[in-house]
Parts: sequence; structure tokens; C-alpha cells
Amino acid sequence: MNLFSFIGDFSTFLVRSIIVPWKFKTTKWRILQQIYSIGIGSLPIIVVIAVFTGLVSTVQTSYQIIGSVPRYIIGTTIGRMVMIELGPILTALMVSGRCASSMAAEIGTMRVTEQIDALETMAIDPYRFLNLPRIIATFISVPILTIIAELVALGSGAFYANHFLNIPFGVFNYGLTHFFYARDFFGGLIKALFFAIVIAAAGCYFGFKVKGGAKEVGRAATYAVVTSSIGILLFDFMVALVIFG
Amino acid sequence: MIEIKKVSKRFDTLVVLDNVSFRVRDAHLVVILGPSGTGKTVLLKSIIGIQPLDEGEIFFDGVPVHKARDSEMYEVRKKIGFVFQGTALFDSMTVCENIALPLVEHTSQSSQAIRERVNNILDIIGLPGKGGLYPRSLSGGMKRLVAIGRALSLNPTYLFYDEPTTGLDPIMRDRVVALIIQLRKEYKKSGIVVTHDLDTAQAVGDDIYMLKKGKISKLEQIKKEEYDV
Repeated sequence: MNLFSFIGDFSTFLVRSIIVPWKFKTTKWRILQQIYSIGIGSLPIIVVIAVFTGLVSTVQTSYQIIGSVPRYIIGTTIGRMVMIELGPILTALMVSGRCASSMAAEIGTMRVTEQIDALETMAIDPYRFLNLPRIIATFISVPILTIIAELVALGSGAFYANHFLNIPFGVFNYGLTHFFYARDFFGGLIKALFFAIVIAAAGCYFGFKVKGGAKEVGRAATYAVVTSSIGILLFDFMVALVIFG
Repeated sequence: MIEIKKVSKRFDTLVVLDNVSFRVRDAHLVVILGPSGTGKTVLLKSIIGIQPLDEGEIFFDGVPVHKARDSEMYEVRKKIGFVFQGTALFDSMTVCENIALPLVEHTSQSSQAIRERVNNILDIIGLPGKGGLYPRSLSGGMKRLVAIGRALSLNPTYLFYDEPTTGLDPIMRDRVVALIIQLRKEYKKSGIVVTHDLDTAQAVGDDIYMLKKGKISKLEQIKKEEYDV
């Protein structure tokens, strides 16, 4: 399959998964299950990543600019860096590694054990039953995880600045809030929404397309992570170009 | 009644079904007998629309379904219960949830009514009190019974069984065969059983067909020497 036919097939799959009768009465429980799995399940690793993101960003930024600019600029720089880029992209890459692979493996296993055929024989649309809840849950979870990651990263950055760079919380906060632009925050969230769609669609798509056995399921999980990671970087650039370019 | 007329299916150059025609009368079970790998499962899946046909016509109660759209086919499938060879039970759901799934998805029954229906089905398949178990804690035979139970949940007109007794011990095999016969006699379920097991075919079939090298032929009597697996 060449790149263009893959993009066409992938897009058709995504549209087919969303443009279905939602049957919200029965689908809502599956959405909540997926929010628990994707959102709550990813929270610990996101927090850990965010703590270190904040710490490392502060260390690196201070190494580059401290002494040549006012110290509150550390807060400004960390804030904008985390909101525009690091928060959304690191969160998305972590969710991709954790969830896109598990979606592909789970759906792929259902494919090889004929569970998806069973859904069809029961007149249950597998696109609605399997894909829609995952896409909606990822769409809800990733932006929320991104906000949490940003708050944690800023907190850990402020903590490091206060304890090791002698920049009081008030000074850090001044830099953070004084040069705060809503566009930075919401631009990051818009990125997160695109990333969420890419992650869920890749996980479901490669799971759905599995033919064969355990080896192909493993391969689908790998493809899902690789494709969603590339998609995340691609949309990161495109959204940045539109909003910040 | 189900009518299958001149159905053909090929994969590249391999002809799996070649002008296959037969009919399933009401309250009758048709057995499609044949060695493994002859396309029996493909035939079942083609009839239900999961595998697209190359040629041929299929009628359910006089309604043509071979050209039906997905949404139309879903309505037809509500009249059919399908028992997979590998059971295809949802391993993240309990036995109860597996059986209840079609009811939850397609009816607006209360949870109490669904629970009663599930318990009723568990009684029919001989697994009362097992509803809380997950498929992983069931034996192969019990999984097969649950798969039949799930196929029964919407009270379908037709039941399709894909190798229902393959790989079962003799006692469980007899239990599954007895259940299939009971469902036909007491509950008037028509259907198709595909199997390569001669004893199962003889025990459950009203009409027996042999599928070999893509061709189907009706058997008046099973002769073991003609059945070359």
C-alpha cells in the first residue's frame, strides 16, 4: 500500500468510525470505561514525565539565559515552552506509546479470534462498538492529561527554581503570568485534540486490519505507535504553523 | 426458509464454492459435511454477509439479501444466531454479559427483563449459576454452550453452527448435539450446521449435503468410505 492509498484508507476508516449512529444509551458506558483506561490509567506516567519535564526545562533554561536576563524570564520561558510544546507533545507521545499499542493489540486479538465477526453476526456495528468509544475517550482524555501535565511541569519547574536557583515563587509566577497569552495555552490544547484523534485512529485502524495471528497482532501494535508518533509530530508542525507561524 | 442459489466464491485462482445451491426448510437443520479446509465456514459467512460473494443469490424468507446494504443486512442478522467454531466469546465480559450483549444493544428491555432472559438461556444450555464466570475459566465445551446461548439471546429464527462439536470430549459432544436437537425440536430453530464429524452430521441433520472441491451434493445416506478426510 503506497502512502496516498494508506492516507485515503486511514481517513475513510476514521470517518466510518465516527459517522455511525452513536446509540449513546449503550455507548456511554463503553466511553466511560475507555476514559478510565486511557485517562486515569495514563495519569501516573504522565505525572512522572511532567515532573521531570519541568525540572529539566528549568535546568536547561537557567543554564542558557540566567545572568543575562531578569530572573522572572525563567518563569516566562518555562511557561510558554511547556504550554505551547512540551506539555501537549510529551503527553501525546506517552499516551500513544501506552494506549495506541494497547488498542491495536486488543482490537487485533479480537479480529484474529473472530470476536469482530461475532459482533457483525449479532448485527452490532464494530466501528461503533469498538472504535467510537476509544476515539471519544481519547479526545476527552488527552487535553485533560495535557492540562494536568502542564500544571505539574510548571509546579516542578517553579520548585526547582525556588530551591536551586534562588528564584522565589513570586518572581517565577510573575514571569509566568505577566507574559501569559491565552493563545499559547489554547494553541497547545488544539494540538492535543489533533493528537488525540491520531492516537485513537491509529490504534483502532491497525488493530482492525490485522490478518493472521499473534505475530501480526504484535506488528499492528508497533505500527500503531510508530504511525501515531509520526502523526503527532506532523500535526505539531502543522498546528504550530497555523496558530503560531 | 433460506434459499441459496448458485453461490460461488473464489480466492484468487482457488475456487472454494462453485455454483452451490440448497435450501433450509422451516424447523429443519441442514448439515454441510465436508473435510477440513473445503470452504464450509466460508459458505456460512457468505450466507450471513460477512464474506462477500462473487456470484449467486441468497433469500431469507423470500427476501433477497445478496445485494443488501450493511444497514439492511444488520436487520437480517437479528434473525440469525451464529455459533463460531472458536466460540468468539468476549473475554473481557462475563458469561451473563456475553449472552446479554445483543439484548442490551438491540432491545429496550429493562435490566430485570434482560437478567431473566439470560437466566432462562443459562437453564436451556444447562449452565445455571455460571453467569458470573469469565470465558477463561470455562472448559472448551462450556464455552461452546455459552456461544450457543449467546446466539439464542435475540430468539432468532435461524441458528448457524460452525463445527459445533469439533475438539470436544465425547460426553460434551453428546451434550452439544442434544442441545442442538432440542433447539430444533422444542424451539423450532431452523439452521445450518457445518461439520466434518460424521456422527454429529447423522445425529442432527434433517438434510445432509457434502461439500467437496467447491461442489455441493445432497447425501441420502452417509457412507464412511466415500468420506475421505
